[in-house]
Amino acid sequence: MAKLAPLGAVPLGDCAVYVEFSKTLDLEVNSAVQRLATMVHGRALPWVRDVVPALGGLAIHFDPDHPSLTSDALTAALNTVSECLKEGLPKVDDVVRTVEVPVCYEAEFAPDLAEVAAASKVTPEEAVQLHAGSDFRVLMIGFAPGHAYMGGLNPKLAVPRRAAPRAIVPAGSVAVANDQTVVYPYAISGGWSIIGRTPLAVFDAGRQEPSLFAAGDRVKFKPISRAEFQKLGSA
Amino acid sequence: MSSIQVLRPGLLMTVQDMGRHGHQHVGLCPGGAMDPLSLTLANALVGNYIHAAALELTVLGPDLVFERDTLIALVGADFEANILINRPVLVPRGSHVSISRAARGARGYLAVAGGIAVDEVLGSRSTYIPGGFGGLDGRVLKRGDKLPLARDAQKLSRERFARLKHKDKRGSSVKWSVLPLTVPDREPIVLHAMEGEHFGDFDANMQRLFFDTIWRVTPDSNRMGYRLAGPSLTRTTSDEILSGPTALGSVQVPANGVPIALMADHQTTGGYPRIAEIASADVPRLAQIAPGGTVHFARATLDMAAELRKDTHNRLEQTLRGIAWEYGK
Repeated sequence: MAKLAPLGAVPLGDCAVYVEFSKTLDLEVNSAVQRLATMVHGRALPWVRDVVPALGGLAIHFDPDHPSLTSDALTAALNTVSECLKEGLPKVDDVVRTVEVPVCYEAEFAPDLAEVAAASKVTPEEAVQLHAGSDFRVLMIGFAPGHAYMGGLNPKLAVPRRAAPRAIVPAGSVAVANDQTVVYPYAISGGWSIIGRTPLAVFDAGRQEPSLFAAGDRVKFKPISRAEFQKLGSA
Repeated sequence: MSSIQVLRPGLLMTVQDMGRHGHQHVGLCPGGAMDPLSLTLANALVGNYIHAAALELTVLGPDLVFERDTLIALVGADFEANILINRPVLVPRGSHVSISRAARGARGYLAVAGGIAVDEVLGSRSTYIPGGFGGLDGRVLKRGDKLPLARDAQKLSRERFARLKHKDKRGSSVKWSVLPLTVPDREPIVLHAMEGEHFGDFDANMQRLFFDTIWRVTPDSNRMGYRLAGPSLTRTTSDEILSGPTALGSVQVPANGVPIALMADHQTTGGYPRIAEIASADVPRLAQIAPGGTVHFARATLDMAAELRKDTHNRLEQTLRGIAWEYGK
């Protein structure tokens, strides 16, 4: 791909900066932003509080008055980004994980599967195969802790968001809208069509790594039976 | 182990400390006290270190019973209470502390010697309500709750209180108090704000309206965000914005035109245009505005924001030095 260069740097107030690479969703830029964020994070700079990769750029949150800073934080953040870009980003295969997510697509966990299948002119079984056969990638985490927006949904399953969002979507619900899929980390309100549920905890604050997903992860969904769901859920 | 018992919880009382940093890349905001300056003063008044957890009160305070002698301090909003506020108070065992309405300001921090001893989750004791973790069972406190205190809280309380100079006549508090740094004398308060990434999506008239309006904080404002009632703000474009990162103090304008200022428990990314970014030094002052209160935005630069931080830092340090001196340090 062409050499990655920021479009600009926008201060997010006086304690963060957004370094923007694209104003639209470009999968190559998105992947580069994720690897750049990993690199910046890896430098463990004492004045940096958070490095947040988003769809088209990354935010660096900092302590602008940190004693280790020799220039203003905004300049230091931009210098760090240019240094990383100059050094070269890590290769995708060296940093990206593959996460397998068991999903039970049976009716009690999939209130919208029949509707999604009908809208896509396939049977529910075919819809499950299309979802589980898609190669997903986490484009961004946001909206709620651990809530991953994943691209790569088979275009045949692309349905718009539901007209009326549900007040409560059970935790672990796997849902689709447009060309993406998500897994709801908590019981929260949501407007995507629910086609299954995973017994895994998407976000568990008690774990060493609280989030099941990280930006950039490759994700595969594996159909499981109701019995397997219950076994994994009680583990 | 000594504890505090909740007889009446008041409105939205939670355990908070300085928050959990370093998890925004997995969608978890730092959270923590809405007004960290008042929390810092409350902790200093009882001799705690800066990261100790305290109770965050909102607009209407609680009734509490202290099972042992406990050194406490309530700092922030002007709460009516049966204890003196903005100073250290040694409450004897069995005491009922009754805190009612805040006449001025919205948030108070009740610190106790040794801190509230709930478990740390991801490096912080702050309650994160949307995620249901931190604090006591990850939720707002309710009647009947028992808040654990440090094992040696009574001993710490007595020792620390004994060190204080200038005790009052009753011998349970001191003759002096601190001035909270964030509670407004009058409204509307002025919030210094820099232009946000999408400021240019609004025409000159809308931009002027943003800075000319006296905005009213709506009742559905919470720890995630403050909604501001006023004229509806519309962009000159209807183009969708690619979801991007947000920050504490970002002012977003959703399609309904009602601006939202992002507060401690905000989402880490968002797809709404950001018209402005509030200077970090002013965010704790906004946290002291109750629903119905009013704010006004003044155009600022990054240099001005740095000046405001420096000024706040100096005033905080000065107060902390005064408290340390009263402790004989």
